[in-house]
Amino acid sequence: MRETLLDKVWAVHTVRELASGQTQLFIGLHLVHEVTSPQAFQMLRERDLEVRFPGRTFATVDHIIPTDGEARPLADDMAEQMFVEIERNVADGGIKFFDEASGRQGIVHVIGPELGLTQPGMTIACGDSHTSTHGALGAVAFGIGTSQVRDVLATQCLAVEKPKLRRIEVNGRLGNGVFAKDVILHIIGRLGVHGGVGYAYEYAGDVFDSMSMEGRLTVCNMSIEGGARIGYVNPDETAYKFLRGRPYVPAGAEFDRARDWWGGLRSEVNADYDDVVALDGAAIEPMVTWGINPGHVVGVSQPVPDPAQLDGPDAASAVEALEFMQLDTGQPIAGRPIDVAFIGSCTNGRLSDLREAAAVVEGRRVAAGVKALAVPGSQRVREQAEEMGLDEIFRAAGFEWREAGCSMCLAMNSDKLVGDQMSASTSNRNFKGRQGSPTGRTLLMSPAMVAAAAVSGEVTDVRELV
Amino acid sequence: MAESNITTVSGTGIPVRGNDIDTDRIIPARYLRAVTFDGLGEHTFEDDRKQAAGAHPFDDPRFADAAILLVNNNFGSGSSREHAPQALQRWGIRAVVGQSFGEIFFGNSLTLGIPCMVLSADAVGQLQDAADADPSTAITVDLKAGAVSMADLSFASQMSEAVRESLVSGRWDALGELLGAPDETRKVHDGLPYVAGFSG
Repeated sequence: MRETLLDKVWAVHTVRELASGQTQLFIGLHLVHEVTSPQAFQMLRERDLEVRFPGRTFATVDHIIPTDGEARPLADDMAEQMFVEIERNVADGGIKFFDEASGRQGIVHVIGPELGLTQPGMTIACGDSHTSTHGALGAVAFGIGTSQVRDVLATQCLAVEKPKLRRIEVNGRLGNGVFAKDVILHIIGRLGVHGGVGYAYEYAGDVFDSMSMEGRLTVCNMSIEGGARIGYVNPDETAYKFLRGRPYVPAGAEFDRARDWWGGLRSEVNADYDDVVALDGAAIEPMVTWGINPGHVVGVSQPVPDPAQLDGPDAASAVEALEFMQLDTGQPIAGRPIDVAFIGSCTNGRLSDLREAAAVVEGRRVAAGVKALAVPGSQRVREQAEEMGLDEIFRAAGFEWREAGCSMCLAMNSDKLVGDQMSASTSNRNFKGRQGSPTGRTLLMSPAMVAAAAVSGEVTDVRELV
Repeated sequence: MAESNITTVSGTGIPVRGNDIDTDRIIPARYLRAVTFDGLGEHTFEDDRKQAAGAHPFDDPRFADAAILLVNNNFGSGSSREHAPQALQRWGIRAVVGQSFGEIFFGNSLTLGIPCMVLSADAVGQLQDAADADPSTAITVDLKAGAVSMADLSFASQMSEAVRESLVSGRWDALGELLGAPDETRKVHDGLPYVAGFSG
């Protein structure tokens, strides 16, 4: 049998088969943040258990952290309590903690690759569904719940079933103004938000071969929005080049040995897949969501669809979606007014995302009445952006330049929509209420498209501005 | 460990209709600002309930004692927050029956001993209609037989054998088992190239 990367990584990390038939799988890298972990540490205390391999867990704060520079102790008692709790838990557990003082704090899925914690061939788990992000480096990475965070802390293992594998091949060349975000929104639009349940996605073909590592991180990040808990790209020169020199990546002769091992993990040519889907990269437009899940998506030149005409996988919720979004069938998605522009998140909070947005914003002004936020994904991203002068470009245009955190992707800090504001957002979820107001509305797009919407005050085809 | 064999779950049903009801809707993120799961139950579906202005099933007194949640396609998609099944469990839900589920929600529910039973769209619709028509009729989820029944309705559920087995044998909380292989775990750890400095 010709094996895939999933087969090989799974085999290396299998401890044993459990009586139920599930695999006891060793987790090579465990990432922890403040929201989904406190109960897990408490469960350990209640059972008198210790953290089994503290050196394989790393922690940061991202979800609740203010991005407006507020100092500790935070005025918000509950946020402060969550901070204190993770500080206590990492101290008790002997876990490395990337807090603000470390200079390496940031969104957990931004700092993992940035620090080189994320490496090819690892199994990676985190109490966060966007853990699929790390698959961009050829890891098998997936989100877990809090009881499973407890399991990893106590045993470094999880009881899981091996998923099926779908290869998604996107060939051809992307057009100008079309980015990784558009590619993954196009894939989710085609396969549906439930289409990947039970599968891992292997992304392959010309488009991913030539895509930057940051683009691949964006694509793998949103695998879960297509229902797939895991998404990965086979490791290649782009990955090795990205990894070399990062703090937790081996150096010298050890790097060469590592590269040999990583290369051997690639899926074999003509390996066995449970499903293969082929898409044409040249046909992908800048994408915009019109509904309440990421499968509700069209190209920017398209009208808002007619639910009665839709036959795709996410048609069933279309009527509810249009009502919530206050959009009418047949009206062009371009030209819909926006109130807020948000650039950031684990999907699009990396340096290249900020650079692509700044390129559109430079020399322009945020439209009157639009609140625009640029929120770097990590302290390091923020530093690098400032070295390049991107902060000046954003500020000059009327954007707020913030500190690192999850911010308005899920609005667990004070960055929230108000009422039924319409937000052009680089985040990953256009769910009802996701951005902090129960009636708030979200249009997902690439960073360049959000920048275009910010300066135009309405959904705008970025290809007209560049 | 407070585990027990789960062979049947019986109780009255509560239909919550709609596809793609994500975990943000089951429990909004603002209730994740806490260091325990206490008190989540009352906030279940809070924003949907507000917008329905009293017309949401979770506000309908006829369903106040229900234990079996009846849902449609892709229930529990999105965020990995275990707070979603924790909230449902604290409200009183002990099993969920639907057409399909988000994968992480499904696993989180299992870890809490809440079976998520998959039935056809038609079967789910019949159960929802029947629960609406008579909220007092009991529904039985039979894990041994892999079936869901309500009065004269009975449907076979598709379920992975591993999931079914872990419920009926009382091993749905995996920690006990995972703790049972310390030497094998150490061996795998020591043999990982990235742990061993790629020296193998």
